[in-house]
Amino acid sequence: MKKMGKLDGKVFLLIITIVLFVAMYLAGIIIFNSKGFAKPQVFLNLFISNAGLIVIAAGMTMVMITGGIDISVGSVVALACMMLAWMMEIKGMGAVPALIIVLIMGLVFGLIQGYLIAYLKLQPFIVTLAGMFFARGMTAIISQDMISIKNELFLQWAKSKINLPFLGGAVNKKGVVNYPFIYPSVIIALVILVLVFVVLKYTKFGRTVYAIGGSEQSALMMGINVRRTKLYVYVINGFLCALGGFLFCLNTCAGFVEQAKGFEMEAIASAVIGGTLLTGGVGNVFGSLFGVLIKGTIETFITFQGTLSSWWTKITIAALLAFFIILQSLFAKAKEKR
Amino acid sequence: MNKCMAFVKKLTGTRLFLPIFCLFLVLLSNLIKTPGFFEVSLKNGVLYGYIIDVINRASDLVILAVGMTLVVAASGGTDISVGAVMSVAGAVCCFILSGGQQTVNEFQNPYLLGVMAAIIAGILCGSFNGFLVAKMKIQPMVATLILFTAGRGIAQLITKGQITYIRVESYKKLGSSIPGIPIPTPVFVALIVVLLTYVLLKKTTLGVYIQTVGINSKASRLMGINSTMIIFLSYVFCGLCAGISGLVASSRIYSADANNIGLNLELDAILAVALGGNSLGGGKFSLLGSVIGAYTIQALSTTLYAMGVSPDQIPVYKAAVVVIIVALQSTELKRMVKRLQTERVAGKKVA
Repeated sequence: MKKMGKLDGKVFLLIITIVLFVAMYLAGIIIFNSKGFAKPQVFLNLFISNAGLIVIAAGMTMVMITGGIDISVGSVVALACMMLAWMMEIKGMGAVPALIIVLIMGLVFGLIQGYLIAYLKLQPFIVTLAGMFFARGMTAIISQDMISIKNELFLQWAKSKINLPFLGGAVNKKGVVNYPFIYPSVIIALVILVLVFVVLKYTKFGRTVYAIGGSEQSALMMGINVRRTKLYVYVINGFLCALGGFLFCLNTCAGFVEQAKGFEMEAIASAVIGGTLLTGGVGNVFGSLFGVLIKGTIETFITFQGTLSSWWTKITIAALLAFFIILQSLFAKAKEKR
Repeated sequence: MNKCMAFVKKLTGTRLFLPIFCLFLVLLSNLIKTPGFFEVSLKNGVLYGYIIDVINRASDLVILAVGMTLVVAASGGTDISVGAVMSVAGAVCCFILSGGQQTVNEFQNPYLLGVMAAIIAGILCGSFNGFLVAKMKIQPMVATLILFTAGRGIAQLITKGQITYIRVESYKKLGSSIPGIPIPTPVFVALIVVLLTYVLLKKTTLGVYIQTVGINSKASRLMGINSTMIIFLSYVFCGLCAGISGLVASSRIYSADANNIGLNLELDAILAVALGGNSLGGGKFSLLGSVIGAYTIQALSTTLYAMGVSPDQIPVYKAAVVVIIVALQSTELKRMVKRLQTERVAGKKVA
């Protein structure tokens, strides 16, 4: 019974999420068994197609722990992809300098938004809403047409498979053994995830982030430099957005204006489903990882099912988000009563 | 000299100074750059010209801005789902009128039924937002983000991912003009919505209540105002406005284009409210300011179109304007400026 008492809202939400993911995946294995849902590659594809989102959700989690929000991420991803494509294809730059410029762009974008939010005390929604339209508009200013990336080094990054033989292989029709594989993007995403986790959990900076989210006033009184911490959080988030955009681009290998539309909601939904509270102070990047995986599973369902339109992904995610925020709100109310 | 300064200060201190000044600025730049901007001609019994176009096209935005003003005033948050709700309303209306077919040349159901269904759809979307914000106490931006992304998906599902055309003359009237009246119909729709809202707010205590809740919802609850209900109603009203606006927008193109009806209009609506001198933090509001703000933004858009800027690129400039206005409203910036001034004065004294 004592153990049950320890199961407060935040742990409970995380457990619901993990259970939901496992249940959904098992259901998928049962329903789509004939189509090969149980193959290890299907599971790995969740990571491959969502590598960018994992990184962005990690950044979003951090921002949301401080009690803020960033809805510009989708547009920043589109801008990053478009910049990469434009610099490499139209301007003939190398893949490495293009990537560096994009990452710097992310830092600057985060710096400006962070300054407006932390130092001028503007509402994060308004600032990042403006940022969202600004970045999307900039994408259109760079090019209104789709640019495909043909840079060899970039394609090499995108297409170099890393085989995982220990997960078992399958022999195809030609007699070649195919092992389950991942792309380098997955490794980058997971490394970033672990890094953010360690920073949040084991550094002074991370503690400050949680403290600010818990109560900005108390944090200020404790002598924490609230403004600077917030600024850093948004700068890191901007950087992660640009990096996430790069990973996203490795999947699509193109830049176009409509890219990554609705990405902001997927990132926010992943964080919220993973147990990050909208009010700030509580959150865990591994929870957000499960949020991303749930979104990926829904997408896989829709692909395997074959006849549903892709719009169902967005609607299901939105419904899940609504469900989880109502759940959070109920928990908060229950806590108040106690 | 001092009197003059005092006059200028009084003038710039007026609530409506900012929107009127901006509108004036935009029109002035047009007067210089495009001489034909103010020309109005009569074609087929309908007025034509840039300026008429601005007033006509701004109608959707004016209707949205009215709803948005109340939401901002009551909850200190914004409803970013209005554009998506417009497309849902348009899709519902066209779905009912076409009876599920893709293109029709006559109504399959009564016109009024379609209109009512669209408005009800808008109200339902507004209630959903209002429920999340008022009852569940969720940040407005996150609550409305759900419909912002899912709304267009729902509209796509209703229209089955295609554009539903209603090729009936009477359907186009709402978005173009009624024979015999030279002024486009949307202008009247906007006028009616603004007037009704104004009367509603002035003749009942609702307007005062909304401001009270916006300034301090806790205090207003202690005073006996049902603040949850007030916030809920403001979102429902915003949904209603988005529904009406969606009808007008759908009638303009006599079809339901789920991807393009109300695209990027949420930013315009928020911008109109901010430009109207309303604080995005909630509290006191001026309906007239928002309406003037809406016309200013449409004038700006039309000007940019006339200069050859593509619709995809316009948000860049608007986003910059939003940030500047909000930054100017920020008390923190004012404090910073004041600190700089006092430092300078102190420096002079020392010297």
